[in-house]
Amino acid sequence: MDLYEYQGRELFARHALPVLDGGVATTPEEARAIADRLGGRVVVKAQVKVGGRGKAGGVKLAEGVDEAEARARDILGMDIKGHTVHKVMVTNTADIVEEYYFSYLLDRANRTFLCIASVAGGMEIEQVAHEAPEKVVQQPIDANVGVDEATARDIVTRAGFPADVADQIVEIAQKLWQTFVSEDATLVEVNPLAKVADGRVLLLDAKITFDGNAGFRHPDHDALEDASSVDPLEQRAKERDLNYVKLDGEVGIIGNGAGLVMSTLDVVAYAGEAHGKVRPANFLDIGGGASAEVMANGLEIVLSDPAVRSVFVNVFGGITACDAVANGILQALKLLGERGETVTKPLVVRLDGNNAEEGRRILDSAGNPLVERVDTMDGAAQRAAELAAAGA
Amino acid sequence: MAIWLTKDSKVIVQGVTGSEGSKHTRRMLRAGTNVVGGTNPRKAGTTVDFDGIQVPVFAGVAEAMKETGADVSVIFVPPAGAKAAMIEAIDAQIPLAVVITEGIPVHDATAAWAYNVANGNKTRIIGPNCPGVASPGASNAGIIPADITGPGRIGLVSKSGTLTYQMMYELRDIGFSTCVGIGGDPVIGTTHIDALAAFQDDPETAAIVMIGEIGGDAEERAAEFIKANVTKPVVGYIAGFTAPPGKTMGHAGAIISGSSGTADAKKVALEAAGVKVGKTPSETARLMREVIQSL
Repeated sequence: MDLYEYQGRELFARHALPVLDGGVATTPEEARAIADRLGGRVVVKAQVKVGGRGKAGGVKLAEGVDEAEARARDILGMDIKGHTVHKVMVTNTADIVEEYYFSYLLDRANRTFLCIASVAGGMEIEQVAHEAPEKVVQQPIDANVGVDEATARDIVTRAGFPADVADQIVEIAQKLWQTFVSEDATLVEVNPLAKVADGRVLLLDAKITFDGNAGFRHPDHDALEDASSVDPLEQRAKERDLNYVKLDGEVGIIGNGAGLVMSTLDVVAYAGEAHGKVRPANFLDIGGGASAEVMANGLEIVLSDPAVRSVFVNVFGGITACDAVANGILQALKLLGERGETVTKPLVVRLDGNNAEEGRRILDSAGNPLVERVDTMDGAAQRAAELAAAGA
Repeated sequence: MAIWLTKDSKVIVQGVTGSEGSKHTRRMLRAGTNVVGGTNPRKAGTTVDFDGIQVPVFAGVAEAMKETGADVSVIFVPPAGAKAAMIEAIDAQIPLAVVITEGIPVHDATAAWAYNVANGNKTRIIGPNCPGVASPGASNAGIIPADITGPGRIGLVSKSGTLTYQMMYELRDIGFSTCVGIGGDPVIGTTHIDALAAFQDDPETAAIVMIGEIGGDAEERAAEFIKANVTKPVVGYIAGFTAPPGKTMGHAGAIISGSSGTADAKKVALEAAGVKVGKTPSETARLMREVIQSL
């Protein structure tokens, strides 16, 4: 889960990291109230999870409460690269003298954590790394050792931070590491980390990603999820513990196992090339179990996407036996009928693996005209694409 | 022979008394795996009955190894306790730990890996979030169904569980030396490269099928390794050619970020290393069939 900048600022503040005073507003009036509390000149920033806000006009300075309210009114509702602005962050302004970069992240390739630090902040770190690699320091961090004062000082020295800010950054580096670990983040990025006119070093931006797997340790993280920015179908699927991702095609996809489902998306997209360019409408992994209830919930989610014109159920029975999957599909259709959501779109089902013959027999003998069984994954993808194209 | 897991392997199960652990211990025993024990500190000294086979429960991995000579542990401990279970296996220096558990926080997996490295890398960790290792006809450590295919000359390494099964099924008439599911998490103990190196050295493996998916650059690095070190034919498959950037596809590691991690980039890298890459599982199986026939 990626946080908004204002959530990151609040998180940093909770971890005693130096940030600008401010608040978040969903209306111009709220923005005015924050500006009133802060006093003087403020900055109003659009809260969207996409870069290039400044260029799009989503970051404005305001002198006093009237201007703050007016700027908030301009920015709220604005569209920035397809993201509607629902919130603005209002903070004090900072008289920036120097801009630095500092981050901790997971380095997948080396199976370790990594600190990246640079005296050249305020711009894309990739660009700095490309144009002036000597200005970017990368230091692996042992997960079991962490960042103590000596490590922090080593990073600060290697990165060449000026002597007058070194002590402050040593302390920030340690606290930021504590934040990274205690919040189970996979990324905390501060750009810029800035020296301001009075000599203080402040964290002026926050890019934070939490590890979804660690949610059980952080019941408070759930509240940071912004339901308004999540696709409503994805939200419903999440409430039912389904691994669903909305895509923009016409063929609904249900399968078991992330890799097989990804592969199913590919096979359907290839098949669609010859059938009206139809594409997969979603990713849905129902996992190993595939009980009737899970299948019913999955079908319900997939079918409630109005763009869906056919559904491809692709199951390889590993641990799950295909006869159970076949019964699950039939019961799911019945369940949906009983819930008043009678299925009218065609289903193409491919069953292979554990007890596939029995599963196929069950589907065939049920004689449901909406359920069509195809023996191979490629053949079933062709048929599902054909039905979707015909249903246009 | 096979890689890492043979008929002589003695397997223990960490979490043997849990629902997943006991379900799959029964399946492993049925597949002919020599399961010599399990661990659960609260039930040490008892035994668990699996269809007439009495499996002793020990307090910990070290004790189980001492009493049984176990050299493989399969871990089914739930996410909250999985790091401790991995650390315990590493402390006991068991040669192979297969971590089936799904949903382990990445900080825990990274810490466990760092701990293993700091302790001399004595334990090969496979996973987490993986289906395990199967050497058909010899032994089965994990949750890979044992009846899909028999022993043969293909070695398989894959990030994905069900795609592993699909490929085993497609090529069941040829058979496999060992199938390794390395898992789809961002931090895993055994990589494609580790498996490729082991298959290259395994006299019973004639050709290798490697299954990857979007995200990270493991396949690109595997391609470099193949170019320099692998003389056996390799056939590849990457899932997620049509996946859009920025959407996580089920596996925590399967996400295209920026310009890296795309299936196309991986395919190009693999083909540059002489690997034939299929567009679909069935095409990949066909390419492997041609390779085997030409040997």
